[in-house]
Order: sequence, then C-alpha cells, then structure tokens
Amino acid sequence: MDEIKRISKRKNSNGQIRAESLFKRSLVIIGAAMVILVLGILLTLIIESVPSIRSLGLKYLWGTTWDPVNNIYGAAPFLLGTVLTSFLALIISIPFSFAIAVYLGEYNPKGWLSNFLKNTVELIAAVPSVIYGFWGLLVLVPLVRSLEMKLGILPYGIGIFTASLILAVMIIPYAASLGREMIRLVPSPLKEAAYSLGATRYEVLTNVILPYTKSGLFAGILLSLGRALGETMAVTMVIGNTSLIPTSIFAPGNTMASVIANEFTEADHAVYLSALIELGLVLFLVTVVINMIGKRIIKRFTNE
Amino acid sequence: MKKFLEIFKQSLTAFALVMTAITGIQTKVEAQADDKTILGAGSSFINPLYSKIFADYNQKTGIQVNYQSIGSGGGILQLTNKTIDFGASDGPLNDEQSTKIGVPVLHIPQASGAVVITYNLPGNNNLISLTPDIIADIFLGNIKIWNDPRIIAINKGVDIPAFPILVAHRSDGSGTTNIFTNYLSKVSSDWKTKVGSGGAVNWPAGLGGKGSEGVSGLVKQTPGAIGYVELIYALQNKLDYAKIKNKKGNFIIPSIASVTAAGNVKLPDDSKIFITDTDAPDGYPISGFTWALIYKEQNYNGRSQDRATKLMKLMWWNIHEGQQFAEPLNYSPLSKEALKVAEKILKSATYNGKPIL
Repeated sequence: MDEIKRISKRKNSNGQIRAESLFKRSLVIIGAAMVILVLGILLTLIIESVPSIRSLGLKYLWGTTWDPVNNIYGAAPFLLGTVLTSFLALIISIPFSFAIAVYLGEYNPKGWLSNFLKNTVELIAAVPSVIYGFWGLLVLVPLVRSLEMKLGILPYGIGIFTASLILAVMIIPYAASLGREMIRLVPSPLKEAAYSLGATRYEVLTNVILPYTKSGLFAGILLSLGRALGETMAVTMVIGNTSLIPTSIFAPGNTMASVIANEFTEADHAVYLSALIELGLVLFLVTVVINMIGKRIIKRFTNE
Repeated sequence: MKKFLEIFKQSLTAFALVMTAITGIQTKVEAQADDKTILGAGSSFINPLYSKIFADYNQKTGIQVNYQSIGSGGGILQLTNKTIDFGASDGPLNDEQSTKIGVPVLHIPQASGAVVITYNLPGNNNLISLTPDIIADIFLGNIKIWNDPRIIAINKGVDIPAFPILVAHRSDGSGTTNIFTNYLSKVSSDWKTKVGSGGAVNWPAGLGGKGSEGVSGLVKQTPGAIGYVELIYALQNKLDYAKIKNKKGNFIIPSIASVTAAGNVKLPDDSKIFITDTDAPDGYPISGFTWALIYKEQNYNGRSQDRATKLMKLMWWNIHEGQQFAEPLNYSPLSKEALKVAEKILKSATYNGKPIL
C-alpha cells in the first residue's frame, strides 16, 4: 500500500517534471558544446594565423616558394599535393569500395564468407596509419620503383602516386561500409517487384538498387575523401616531402597535413609558426567547402 | 532566437566551467615541481645522455630531474614562458627568440654532436672522401652523378660506380639540419645566398624523410642515395659515412674523438657559436655543441634561492661528473677549452645580482 502511494506521489510531483526538463536541457547543452568547440577551433586558427596573413597576404595561397630561412611562405605546392593525392586516392578506391558494397549488400549478405570479408574490410579502418606508412615504405615503394624503372622515369619510388595508393587502401572501408548498409536498406518489395517483372540480378542492381541508394553511396565517398584530405602520418612517410610543385603524379610532393606535422615542433620564429597554422586554417576550409559541395549534391540527388 | 541565445549562454557557462577545471588541474601539475624536482625540457638529441646523467644524479643526491624531450624549439618556448628551470637546445637562441625572452639567457655547452654524410654505393667497401665544395654542390643539385670527375679525383683507388645521385634530407625541422646547413653556408657562398641555414630550409634538390630513421631509410633503399644523419644514429645503426676534408686540409673520419677535438678551439665567452668548419687540425668539420639554457638572473617568478642553487649544482654536475657517461652513449664529451668556458659561464649566473656558485 505504501509502495503504491509513493510511486503515485512521485509520478505527480513537480520533481519528476523538473528532472525531465533538466535532462532535455543537458542534452541540448552537450550538443551545443560541440558547435562551440568547432567554432572555437576555427577562431583559434584565424587568430593565430593573423601574423602570417598580415605579412604575406593572399599571395600565401598561390606562392610556390616555402622558404623558412627567408620567411617566404607559399602554400600552393602543398595545396596542390593535398588535392592531388586525395582525389587520386578516391579514384583508385571507388571500384574497390563499390564492388565490396554491392557484393556484401546484395549478392552475398549472409554466411561466413560475407562475415569474414566484412570484418576484414572493417579491420582496414582500424589499423593505425603509421603501420600503413611502414608497409608503404617497405613493400609499396620498391614495387612502385620497379614500375617507374619500366616506364623510364626517375625511380624515386616515393611520391604522389605511392601516397595515393596508400591513401586509397586506407579509405576503402568508409565508402564500402556505408554503401553496404545503404544497399541493405533497399525495401525488398521494390526488388521483388522488379524480379517478378523478369529483371535479372544485374538489371535489379542498375535499375532499382543504385538509383535508390545513390545519395548514400555518395555520402560514403565523401566521408572517405575527408579522411584522405587530413591523413598525415602514412602520407608523410611515402610522399617525398619536397616543397616543389609536383610535375607529374610520380614526382615527390607534400601535403598540408604532412608539412604541419613535420615542421610544427621546430618552427622557431613567429611568422613561420603562424604560416603553419594558416596552413591548418586552409586545410580546415578546404574540408568544409568539400563537405558543403557534397551536401549540395546529395540534396539534389534525393530531391529528384 | 531568444531560446537560442539562452542555450548558447548556458553552453558557454558549461564550457567555462570545464576550462576552469582543466586549468585547475594544470596548476596542480605545476605545483608538483617541489623542492626536490628540477624541471627541464627541449632537445631530443641529448635526451638519452640526460636520462643517464639524471638517473645517476638522483641516486647520489636524491634530487629528481624531470626532463621532457619535446624538441629544441619547444624547450625554448617553455623557458620563455618560465614553466621550466632549464631548456636544452641544439642551436643557440636566434635574435627573435632572444628578443622575446627579453633578459639574458646563459648557454652552457653540455656535449658535442656531429652530422655525418651517409650514402649507399653498392659494391663499394671503402670509405669515400668528400670535400666541402663537393658536398655543397651535391646538395645544391649541381653534381648529379657519382662518377663526377671531381669525386673521382679525390677518391683514387676507390671504385665509384656511375649511379645517379639521390639527395635525402630531413623533412622535419631539426637541430641536425641546423648544424648541417650552417656548415654548408660557411663553406659555400653559393649555398649561403641560395639556401641559407636553419632548422628547416628550402631544399633545392632531393627527397625529405621524417626523422633520422626516415633519411637513413631512404638512403638504405635507394642505390646512389646520399643523406645526412647524426653521428650517434649512424654509429648505432652501422651506416656507411664519408671522410670529410676540414679547414686545415685533413680528411677526417667522424668519430667521438674527432668531434670532441673540433670543440677544442678558442671559444667566445658566451659559447654561442657553431663550431662547424673548425680550425682544429684533427677536428671533424660538421660538429656542434648542444646547450642547456638558463636565465642569467635566477630570481624570477618568485623562485627561491635554494631552488636556484640546486639548479646551478645540477648544471655543474652535468659538465663535470656527467661527462663520463657521454662516450659510452656515443656522445662526444666537452673538450678542455669548452669546459673552461662552460665553467666561466656558470659562475656568471646570479641571484639578486650576486653570484650563486
């Protein structure tokens, strides 16, 4: 009797209502803290790059010389290196991630083989990037070098192309996992209807599944591009780290993230340090812009 | 809109609270620097030697030294912010850093290090010899092939294959690069005007590897490659390195003894000098000191005289008893001349204007 009384009392009390609203409010606050964090990072980057912006101006973006001794900083080679490696990696990785997504999502969604393949692909994402760097240096570089010898170009072995290969391997799981989930979410009545009309499996794939999952597949690709843009360690180890404008995809180069990682700890004058932070700001903005373009494209596809 | 502002205000408060908490924790950490602990930070080059010296010092005196190997630049920054008792750097303070600190900082030589030229020439078992102008031209990208007439001329009897030269340099800013480029600027006016010297420079040729292991990896993998690493690293990893012609015209094999010899010359009173291209006849030319940095006036930030004295005693120990640990760890101990100057510098440190030692 007492028990029932107590429960009913609590249910009706103001305390319960207050707790509910407190819970809701804390959810909002924690969420908003993320927004403040991102804005805070952006603000810090902007404030810290002021000395560099002041002394170099917009020339920073298309200058091609990076000379810490004479305090001349141009980010163009690194901007180019970042965009080049990321998109090259994306192009290399798309056939693989797409194939894995379709196979695991449609052709073989259950069973030990499917599970094994799925777990292996997910493991690729879990391996620390420095390990990819080592693997690239010890295995991939000699392979690329012998390829370069056959092609008759300077056999450095390391360079933009090698970095793109490593990046491609690293970003496959992102697009593959998301694509697989998307393909699984296609309602079976849709597929069954197509089959009942006499469509083959391939026809179902191209006419039903792909149109239905287009935006999801694209989002996965975008996610992997984001990863490729910011990857530092593995790229640093195989890209050659020169601040010259790359002349071909086999030439050595450098990316923004790897320059920051390389030079930040020993940047010994104010403008130098600030120029490196501005590099971070540019990287931040490039990522934001690419994300925004991606969102726009996804929206257009889904509104069709 | 009002609601949004409300939420924003609340989250700001929450954020501020978190930040206060973090700062509180930080203050606590700093307060751990009690009377029995001395704090240092900087050069990663000297870290193995310091670890050994400080462990021994702790056993004998009970005083603990907490040294963080965060790189010379970081050490100088922390000294500027007065969060440590001493910094350690592979290069002297530059003008900008001195201006930022604003008060005199003493540079106390701790040991010598050297940079060796390492290379990969398959089928060659002899040490090759190099002259300063050849090294400069290789790293400038002017000499592109190993069997260049100038290289052959000074390597009579050594089999030099016709490999193309691949230059490997450090991609990260480092004291090693600083010493190496300082040497090249001294011996080549071309290098001085085109590239200059510093912890990171705009390399006219070659590929960058991250860290000593990155450079030596490039060199080991590529036939015909040439690069530069610390002597210690080369000794520990059994790399090939070249004999180099010094200012007096002798070809010197880099070794602990020849590096110490390089510092056995007349030094300026503040020891703030790169001993590259040394005058010593038996000295290896690409050598340099690594320094500990302390404030000349030790009464700052409310430091006690007791703490200042403890720091000075530690520094005195480093340049005397501590030197015995240098050679077993492949560091070059201070030369007689360097020790004399270091003692004099230490004695010039003051507390309230009065000498401490």
